[in-house]
Amino acid sequence: MATAEHAIPMSHPAPRSYNGIWSWIFTVDHKKIGVLYGVTAVVFFLIGGIEALLIRSQLMVPNGQVVSPEAYNELFTMHGTTMIFLALMPLSVAFFNIVVPLQIGARDVAFPRLNAFSYWVFLFGGILLNSSFLFGGAPNAGWFGYANLTELPFNHATHGIDFWVLGLQILGVASMAGAFNFLVTIVNARAPGMTFMRMPLFTWMTLVTSFLLIFAFPVLTVGLIELMFDRLFGTNFFNPVAGAEPLLWQHLFWLFGHPEVYILILPAMGIVSDVLPTFSRKPLFGYPVVAYSGVAIGFMAWGVWAHHMFTAGLGPVADSVFSMTTMLIAVPTGIKIFNWMATLWGGAINFKTPLLFALGFIAMFTIGGLSGVMLAAPPADWLENDTYFVVAHLHYVLFGGTIFGLFAGIYYWFPKVSGRMMDETFGQIHFWLMLVGFNLTFGGMHVLGMDGMPRRIYTYPTGMGWDFWNFVATIGAFTIAASTLVFLYNFFSSVRYGKLAGDDPWDGRTLEWSIPSPPPHYNFAEIPVVHARDPFWVQKYGGEGHGHRQMAPVPIAGGAHDTENGHAEHAHLNIPMPNESFYPLIAAAGLALALGGLLVGLPPGQVPDFPPSWVSVVGVLTLFVGAYGWALEPAMDE
Amino acid sequence: MQTDVVETTQARAKPHGHPSAAEYVKVAVVLAVITGAEVAVYYQESLHAVMVPILLILSAFKFSLVALFFMHLKFDNRLFAVFFSGPLALAFAVLIALLTLFHRVLFGV
Amino acid sequence: MAEASLAAGHSAAEHATTTGLNHRKVLMWAFLGSECLFFGSLISTYVVYRDHSLVGPFPQDTFDIPYTSVSSFVLLMSSLTMVLALAAIQRANVKEMRVWLAATALLGTVFVGGQVYEFTDFVRHGLTLSTNLFGTTFFVLTGFHGAHVTIGVILLTSLFLNSLRGKIKKEDSLTVELAGLYWHFVDVVWVVIFTVVYLLPY
Repeated sequence: MATAEHAIPMSHPAPRSYNGIWSWIFTVDHKKIGVLYGVTAVVFFLIGGIEALLIRSQLMVPNGQVVSPEAYNELFTMHGTTMIFLALMPLSVAFFNIVVPLQIGARDVAFPRLNAFSYWVFLFGGILLNSSFLFGGAPNAGWFGYANLTELPFNHATHGIDFWVLGLQILGVASMAGAFNFLVTIVNARAPGMTFMRMPLFTWMTLVTSFLLIFAFPVLTVGLIELMFDRLFGTNFFNPVAGAEPLLWQHLFWLFGHPEVYILILPAMGIVSDVLPTFSRKPLFGYPVVAYSGVAIGFMAWGVWAHHMFTAGLGPVADSVFSMTTMLIAVPTGIKIFNWMATLWGGAINFKTPLLFALGFIAMFTIGGLSGVMLAAPPADWLENDTYFVVAHLHYVLFGGTIFGLFAGIYYWFPKVSGRMMDETFGQIHFWLMLVGFNLTFGGMHVLGMDGMPRRIYTYPTGMGWDFWNFVATIGAFTIAASTLVFLYNFFSSVRYGKLAGDDPWDGRTLEWSIPSPPPHYNFAEIPVVHARDPFWVQKYGGEGHGHRQMAPVPIAGGAHDTENGHAEHAHLNIPMPNESFYPLIAAAGLALALGGLLVGLPPGQVPDFPPSWVSVVGVLTLFVGAYGWALEPAMDE
Repeated sequence: MQTDVVETTQARAKPHGHPSAAEYVKVAVVLAVITGAEVAVYYQESLHAVMVPILLILSAFKFSLVALFFMHLKFDNRLFAVFFSGPLALAFAVLIALLTLFHRVLFGV
Repeated sequence: MAEASLAAGHSAAEHATTTGLNHRKVLMWAFLGSECLFFGSLISTYVVYRDHSLVGPFPQDTFDIPYTSVSSFVLLMSSLTMVLALAAIQRANVKEMRVWLAATALLGTVFVGGQVYEFTDFVRHGLTLSTNLFGTTFFVLTGFHGAHVTIGVILLTSLFLNSLRGKIKKEDSLTVELAGLYWHFVDVVWVVIFTVVYLLPY
């Protein structure tokens, strides 16, 4: 029998405890931080969605007059940047936070204060980036910011690009801090007996994603630093007049950018890999293969970046090499899809909303993957690149893939977090409406691309043959918006009035379902000892259970069945947990002020003075205070 | 009780041998000598043709000495060596790839 | 698991982790791994642009190899003093650790000071951030390295001051070890920079 071991830092036994909103602001609890991430990400998702609706309104008919060309450039730039960095990634991180410690039988992540820090840095970075709308203009050179369009000679009317460069660097710190945390947590804080090959697939994909994050973001950071130095300090990194190669930006950006798209998809794949077995009442087919495919994708992700640059003039040798590597990476991806289908085959399918979104993921992501293979052939890509064909592809994989996967996760884990069920009828309405709207919006874009419609044009003349699908796409976009409203209504009303979920509403397989919903502060009354994959299922049904009860359910210590009579017993448990802390918040604020302050009072195109504005100075001092306070705070044992 | 528990990636920490102070000093002396050798090679015109590989090998050797002895990788759990050599190899691959892609002779000026 | 912990010589207060390794040490190595990509990208930029400057000053006209050799030697020796500081605290000799920590911080400061002097000398000879590609890539690469060294010096100084207040004991050798790992890494990056930037003929 396991003793109450701790896989997280212990603190002094007499915790200060805050109430109400302060308990959220100073929290270091992974479950609360996960909720903060999730809510903030959804807000940014709505902002990015509004940007999309404005784009689609402008493109609904030829010669649109809804927004100016300049505003249009800002809209598509911010839509992409917001969706990727402020919505999809943080929503994945929300799940890393809420779910991974529960799945590995831990009480919290390895570094709870670092966890809080990464959330606040994310929030401040997102605010800084969006504040550009208020301070002269948002970035306008695409989410990929190619030099030298982003260099001063071509982009000096506003500080938009400076906001972009600084904002992304701040967000990079947040992403990396989180990734380091989850990496160490998964490697080092698993419950006894939880080998790598017994971890849930979602935790596996979190691990791979964390490695991708910590190795890819430094490359982006260097690119951003070089661009920032060019704009603020007069360096020549991308200045052709000095002999530089603007192409270097593209290499650095896509060396980050391609691993980034796997960072975006792997967590959603992990969710699907957990949802399908639960709703088929069968183990994941080919678990080791699915896990290793994820790892293979993580490695191969580094070898394909220049498929974003086929039209940049790299030459036939480079194009061929990257074409081959790109086609190769489709193999582990396809393997996963076959394993998912085999998981469903012969299962006792339970068509609830999480499963619907997981099925939607498989179908939509496959379509996106097929258009991806079409793009992997340079001769074809030369016609497809920078057309709406690519827009179709990327939305099928990122929306039809990632977003559908994330919604599956929301419906799946909502009961665990809130203790209540989301309404199933509204869930189904949300799914079908979104599926229809999504395909209306992006399906026709394949045709638009084939018919030659370029990307990033603020309007188009009539008579090009583009009118019909643009109109349909806009209808689809508003359909998506309607489905999102259905989701929001369902979400908020379920939080308050949803049916009580109990601990294990889905008859789940993994450890998070073995504890109460919502989980107590300390997660597990006793750290479980793991003997098999799908440990909770095995505990309930024994062996490689296929859903037939072979014995009476055996209580897991601290688990679901324990709580009916055990709740009162556990209430007196005094399991020490990390203290709340305000230093992560202070350090995060310092970082944002230090970098954001570089732009205060600075006309665009001018080199900042040294020392920079007082805002930056205050920021650096605040950062030091935060860091020192954090380092010297009472006993954080490992 | 513990027999039940299948071993996780348990630390197979090698016997905890710390080099002595004297050994650290020896490593430092070797590092200094190699640095001197690098500078000497730099000034040898006759070695110009092979200077690049020689200098790279010498600096790689210094790198390894610091990593293996001062950073204790030789004696520590293999996990740390993996955590370091993986990204190191990746960074090196990135350098080679970029060098190749920007090579004027290969791709025309 | 408990046996492995004890064999590793960590304090009894430390709780068990899956690998038996300390969380913070795993974090530090992961961090150093990511820093390989950071400096690797900066070094790649330097190397890709090495022949591309259209105007001078050029590297061969600018560098003072004997001078930089000395400062490289200083940084290498600081790695020695750092590891001696760790060895001292592992033997519970806080006083000796303090001496070596101070020596390391001092040598690091000498290195940074040497860099500042070197840079101002280059500027006086007409090489700035904006002069050409050499100036741009050189100053940004070595500047970020210097910033890392500076942060290291601040870190070591904080450890030194904390030890004066009696806050560093034998059980805290991990903190010194982690600072040491960071310091050695910064040294090892300079090993690469010295060869690739200063010595390699282009």
